[in-house]
Amino acid sequence: MLFDPVVLARIQFAANISFHILFPAITIGLAWLLLYFLWRGVLSKERYWDQIYAFWVKIFALSFAMGVVSGLTMSFQFGTNWPGFMEKAGNVAGPLLGYEVLTAFFLEASFLGIMLFGRGRVSARMHLIATTLVAIGTTLSAFWILSLNSWMHTPAGYSIENGVIMVESWWDIIFNPSFPYRLMHMLVASFLTCAFLIAGVSAWRLLKGVGGPGTRKVLQTGIVVAAVAAPLQILLGDLHGLNTLEHQPAKVAAMEAIWDTQRGAPFTLVAWPDEGTRSNRFAVEIPYAASLILTHSADGEVQGLNDFPGEHPPVAMVFWSFRVMVGLGVLMLLVSWWGCWELLRRREPGRLLLHAVSWMTFSGWVAVLAGWYVTEIGRQPWIVNGVLRVADVAADHTAATVGSTLVGYLLMYVFLLASYIGALRYMALKPAASLGDGKDTGRPVPVLEV
Amino acid sequence: MEYWLPVIYMAVMGLALFIYVILDGYDLGVGMLLPFAEDADKDIMVASIGPFWDANETWIVLGIGVLLIAFPTAHGIILSHLYLPVTIMIMGLILRGVAFDLRVKAGDHRKRLWNRAFFIGSLVASTAQGWMLGAWVTGLQGGLIGLLFGVLIAIALPALYLLLGCGWLVMKTEGPLQSLAVRWARVAIWPMGLGLLLISISTPLVSTVIADKWFSLPNAVLLSPIPIASALCFFWILHVVHGDKLLESRHGWTMFAATVGICVAATLGLAYSVFPEVVIGQLTIWEAASSVDSLLFTLVGVVITLPVILFYTVYVYRVFHGKATGLSYE
Repeated sequence: MLFDPVVLARIQFAANISFHILFPAITIGLAWLLLYFLWRGVLSKERYWDQIYAFWVKIFALSFAMGVVSGLTMSFQFGTNWPGFMEKAGNVAGPLLGYEVLTAFFLEASFLGIMLFGRGRVSARMHLIATTLVAIGTTLSAFWILSLNSWMHTPAGYSIENGVIMVESWWDIIFNPSFPYRLMHMLVASFLTCAFLIAGVSAWRLLKGVGGPGTRKVLQTGIVVAAVAAPLQILLGDLHGLNTLEHQPAKVAAMEAIWDTQRGAPFTLVAWPDEGTRSNRFAVEIPYAASLILTHSADGEVQGLNDFPGEHPPVAMVFWSFRVMVGLGVLMLLVSWWGCWELLRRREPGRLLLHAVSWMTFSGWVAVLAGWYVTEIGRQPWIVNGVLRVADVAADHTAATVGSTLVGYLLMYVFLLASYIGALRYMALKPAASLGDGKDTGRPVPVLEV
Repeated sequence: MEYWLPVIYMAVMGLALFIYVILDGYDLGVGMLLPFAEDADKDIMVASIGPFWDANETWIVLGIGVLLIAFPTAHGIILSHLYLPVTIMIMGLILRGVAFDLRVKAGDHRKRLWNRAFFIGSLVASTAQGWMLGAWVTGLQGGLIGLLFGVLIAIALPALYLLLGCGWLVMKTEGPLQSLAVRWARVAIWPMGLGLLLISISTPLVSTVIADKWFSLPNAVLLSPIPIASALCFFWILHVVHGDKLLESRHGWTMFAATVGICVAATLGLAYSVFPEVVIGQLTIWEAASSVDSLLFTLVGVVITLPVILFYTVYVYRVFHGKATGLSYE
């Protein structure tokens, strides 16, 4: 089973897309936060806003580069791994990806140069415009990609001729039933990821004694953004879940590990879903709760996996990913509200809070990955839900070819992730006073350094 | 409509890939030259391409994107045939891309490591692209001729990138580094010229279809500007890199321009040779094309956005016009 080339191709694509999403999850939200920092710098006389911008724009640049190179990989892997997808669904997928490149990717990549290195070369107004365009570009990019992804979950506006998917209505394709929920869920996820990233790094810098006057401001910004985004995200997640129940009931049955269709279904808090015996081992359940959540009635009928024989996703992965995501969401809510309360109550954040927030630095990444695993593994065995199966679109490479390149990719990604976090750590540990403060010492800013 | 839409897309794809070869070509060329420079000069070299590379790399995504949008069947066939070189190229581009940032952000003790990664990534990506181009031109057939052709292009294309990189450095740098770039160009021009010549001679020998296209009358006369222009550009580069005038005068840009001229001629020649096939010997652009509806839907976007993209690309180049003095986030 492990040496099945289709399974290997899926692992390879999953590895790549998992690595990729880490960086858009940062750049989408961080672009807007940078715009906020820049704007505060323009409005106030405090120098530290410029320092904050200079610090985080470097992390933005690094994250952006990571996103570009791993995104490039995907544009090729659609063809190398899933040639059948492009042959059969190319009429829908091609234009949506094309619009992403034309309207978003070029915009962000081109103005990034001015945003990063152009401050001395263009007016402050033009620099602000460039930063705004980069932020718009990252969000627009999410718009097109999420539209295509949502269409693969809830296809609409198409017909099939000779086995090829044909376009009936672009409006229905772009604004397919799950798109608004998925887009909002992802955008807020990005803000939440960034909020904890900036708060976590700032808290860590304060603990290490390398923070400056701006560091506390960033911590504050991060906590406030998280405190607003976390409850919003839980609400959006619930709406998205109800939408999934309507369009992909098999996914919801896997998320809740409901094996048989029943009335008054219990909500399983934790368990080990066992596909062999089609039951949950070591289950801790709340009676009637699943029916209550999903149908808003204690004895409402909930569809089980038995309604989708041979066509439902692997249960344990989806079940557990869902619990990781929800658990982290609740934790984010608690920590951010605690942080708000502490910031309101006294002037200095306590060490306990700083420790908690710095532990949560990458919590957004874990939650984003878990969320994507729920939705993507939850779509199996389909690549386009109900229309096209993954196994029917895979390339016929040998297991050896896919396996060896998979090992290469995995080694590369582990190395890059370690380098990324290492660089983040190195930048965070530089004492804040020397950050972007070339003017005070009178010495020129060295090449490519700040 | 059914005739012209695929032709238009072929042209857009050709344009995107051509722009990619020029723009990322000089990036990759500079990357391959990195180990031959002093440490201080390395920073200037990277600074000379720093503001541009993200956008430069986007052109290959557009090129592959158009292949995917307009000719999905061909996209699947080509990319699954080129699985190995594509994977290798991607790894090279990843390494090169992240090295841009990490060489200055991961700390001074890591700088040597990332300079090396920058070089290796550029070299690997360039060579893999040559391999891909060679495999595509020979119809993805493999075999001995395919292999030889692949090797030939896998040498010629990186050499072309090197020359573009030298031309770029002549424009963007000054002093000893600029003179060094001229000396590098004296070396790089030979494998490029020889490779191009061998490719031009052997293509019609290998393919009778292509031979007929070029050597029947009146085509031979009408097409003669293409080889003549490449030869003129070649000898111009040879002339300027061996004279002393290049650095003293304000004509440093002509070396880059002449290299671009060679690319234009080669692209036109190649396009003429293979048209109308997208997978050579297997699929024409009309057989591989998407439905008219999908092509029209995207064409609207292309017509509106492509001029805007070209406009702001020119704007960004103007903002960073002049000698590279080093980059800062200030």
